[in-house]
Amino acid sequence: MRFSLPLSFRAVRSRSKAARTRKESAFAGAARRVLQALILTAAVFLFVGAGPSTDARFKDLGHRMMCTCGCGQVLLECNHVGCKSSDKMRDELMAALDKGDNDDLILQGFVQEYGPTVIAAPTATGFNKVAWIMPFVALAAGIIFVTWVVRAWKNRPEPALADGITIPQGHELDQFRAQARKETEQ
Amino acid sequence: MAQIGSFALLLALGLSAYSFGAGLLALFGRNAASARLGETARRAGIATFVIVVLASFVLVSAAFADDFSIAYIYHHSNRDLPAAYKFAVLWSGQEGSLLFWSLLLAGYGFVLRLRYKTDQRLFAYASVIIAAVQVFFLLILTFAAHPFAIEQGGVPADGTGLNPLLQYPEMVIHPPMLYLGYVGFTIPFAFALGALIMHYPGEKWIHITRRWTMVTWCFLTVGIFLGAHWAYAVLGWGGYWGWDPVENASLMPWLTGTAFLHSVIMQEKRGMLKVWNMVLVFATFLLAMLGTFLTRSGIISSVHAFAQSSIGTWFIVFIALTTAVCAYFLVKNLSNLKSEHKLESLVSRESSFLFNNLLLLVVCFTVLWGTFFPILSEWVQGHKVTVGPPFFNRVAVPVALLLMLLTAVGPLLAWRKTSVESLKRNFLYPTLGSIAVGLMMVLFGVKPWEDPSYFYAVVAAILSALVIFTVVSEFLRGGRVIAGKSGQNIFAAMLQLCRRNTRRYGGYIVHFGVALVIIGILGQPFNKEVEKEMAFGDKISIGPYTLVCQSYTQDDNPNYANEWAIINVFRGGKQITTMYPERRFYKASGQPQTLPRIYPSFREDLFLVHDLYLVYEGKNETNGRPIIKAHVNPLVPWIWIGLIIMVFGTIVALVPNYLPVVVAATVPVRETAHAGAGD
Repeated sequence: MRFSLPLSFRAVRSRSKAARTRKESAFAGAARRVLQALILTAAVFLFVGAGPSTDARFKDLGHRMMCTCGCGQVLLECNHVGCKSSDKMRDELMAALDKGDNDDLILQGFVQEYGPTVIAAPTATGFNKVAWIMPFVALAAGIIFVTWVVRAWKNRPEPALADGITIPQGHELDQFRAQARKETEQ
Repeated sequence: MAQIGSFALLLALGLSAYSFGAGLLALFGRNAASARLGETARRAGIATFVIVVLASFVLVSAAFADDFSIAYIYHHSNRDLPAAYKFAVLWSGQEGSLLFWSLLLAGYGFVLRLRYKTDQRLFAYASVIIAAVQVFFLLILTFAAHPFAIEQGGVPADGTGLNPLLQYPEMVIHPPMLYLGYVGFTIPFAFALGALIMHYPGEKWIHITRRWTMVTWCFLTVGIFLGAHWAYAVLGWGGYWGWDPVENASLMPWLTGTAFLHSVIMQEKRGMLKVWNMVLVFATFLLAMLGTFLTRSGIISSVHAFAQSSIGTWFIVFIALTTAVCAYFLVKNLSNLKSEHKLESLVSRESSFLFNNLLLLVVCFTVLWGTFFPILSEWVQGHKVTVGPPFFNRVAVPVALLLMLLTAVGPLLAWRKTSVESLKRNFLYPTLGSIAVGLMMVLFGVKPWEDPSYFYAVVAAILSALVIFTVVSEFLRGGRVIAGKSGQNIFAAMLQLCRRNTRRYGGYIVHFGVALVIIGILGQPFNKEVEKEMAFGDKISIGPYTLVCQSYTQDDNPNYANEWAIINVFRGGKQITTMYPERRFYKASGQPQTLPRIYPSFREDLFLVHDLYLVYEGKNETNGRPIIKAHVNPLVPWIWIGLIIMVFGTIVALVPNYLPVVVAATVPVRETAHAGAGD
């Protein structure tokens, strides 16, 4: 499996390909391998797992529903003693789990009994999908926009300075940087 | 009293309207008459403050005098309410809190108008804009949410009392902090809009507002965290953040304000992001107004919100009008806001700021989107849906983790361009250290493959460690340079380093605090809880603790009756403390209230500290037995420590530099180019 590198790494690679030393290239290669390993590990951790126990399912489903007493709390976090809603709902949830219903069926049953607001997050169906998609669309659009801005700024000509001062570029600038580093860090 | 208060509000409205109108007229003229008119406008603004103070004083006095002829006092106070909470009545309800908003705005305006000689023209513009906002709030107070309205049907013998949830010491501090933050963003907004309208050259408006913005941001930060701590210490559910719409409303301007604090550095250092900074300042102010609208309109249900009222329409009109004005002047002046420099490399401080801003804005958008989606759903589907913690945790947390990565990486990148060599030098050890932290977590039994929340916890731990290690390495590197040159020890050298560039190193300290806050949050998946009926001598085992019920006791005072459970806490067979979770019954309002007790385990666990959190939930209705709920919440104390460090960092950043940074240069290099240079 091949993962593409983020733009920052690509830009580093393409900009200074000719001048890069072997040492730097080894570092970039190591960084790339570490990144790939991290992404792979993340994917494995996210998508691989054993089947949950009844307790875990109770905890999971109880955190995917709201208490309907008006407290605005997640079902398992409603702490009103004698709360008619949460006590009853917890009992119903436990009964459904004991019966062997699957998660979707249980949630569906609660929606039928208490209405769609009982589910603590929008479902991934119909218009509700928009709720989940939009933040990622915003992120993607933002990344595209910022990348475009960065590229536009990179390609912009350097503004001229007054008094005939020229801004050092390329190798000359690198020399000045090295000098500045030497004077400030030694 | 009510007449004095009402008259004061009318007078304040008149004065602020004059300050706005006369100030606006004066801005058009350049002659001596205009200058005199402008001066009267400035003085009217100062007088507005005095009169709004008077109105606020009257309302608080009415609370202390138990003047229940005033409806607001009747609904938010009672005779036996303790004095501190009578003072807090000012911001405990809709009308009073709007008066408090107005008071703080007048206070900020007062300070601004006294310091007008810094830049008379720019301050005059800012003063007019603040007067306009002040007019809006005083109009609402006078015509829509009058705090001095008379209670109908005679004077009641006693008030209905303050909401029990608000009768907690933090509630005397939390709202003022939050409001100081909300209202304070009016100042940078006013300066930004003023600078835009008058085609103000340069970055002076940013220099003038930099400290205002940082102080305001600090207030908002403290306000948000105090709110979280109040939720933790009072609501009794063992959590501190529930993604409630009102919590979200305070988070949104904080996120854009944080983005502004970062991007403004780009404008100061490199003359870039001028349009973006304007947009961020405007967005922050508008989101603060939106937050105020959300809590008051009744449009979204929340446990924090004030009662549903008609003032939502006022806010919608104001927000729409302000947005239109801002957009008009922004578009009109785009040509004056061009960037002065080009970007040299994607791997640079500049691009890290850009991506930092992007991620902060994406989190902000997610919060805004999630908060308003129920309304959107009702319009489109005909029914509301709930957008609660599972949505925000799943969507916002991954983006927030990316933001943490940038928090670690960004400060170590150089302006303009970062070489691979400097990347390696700056990141090698922090990266290795943070990976070691992740591995240690796995070795100590955290299995990230078992549950996504564990996975996020491990990633958050790695990234928090990365932030901490990079901050420490920056201090050490700079300290070593100074120590090498001056012969001081490393700590004295680091102190001097900090004093030389307070803003940069204060910022690092804030980042350090943020990392600690994240560490505090990442303990959440490992929370434990047990609920049990406890009679005398009964035991609960939770985590390393054994809790033994010693007894129950009762008390009574004019304000409330209460019951305590007396719980002895054992660890390793040794009694370490006794805890007294409490349950109160407030007489005036007839409402019960639980007050948890919290024991942070600093004495036993230095780094892996946790809270033992006990709630006396009340009695089982069928058998009358008391119910105790115990939580062990790992790492939570780090959140509050993180806040203290964030505040300390902000204070450091506010202190002027002790020594100027002198860079020896034989050629006209305009920026120090080594890694981490500058702010």
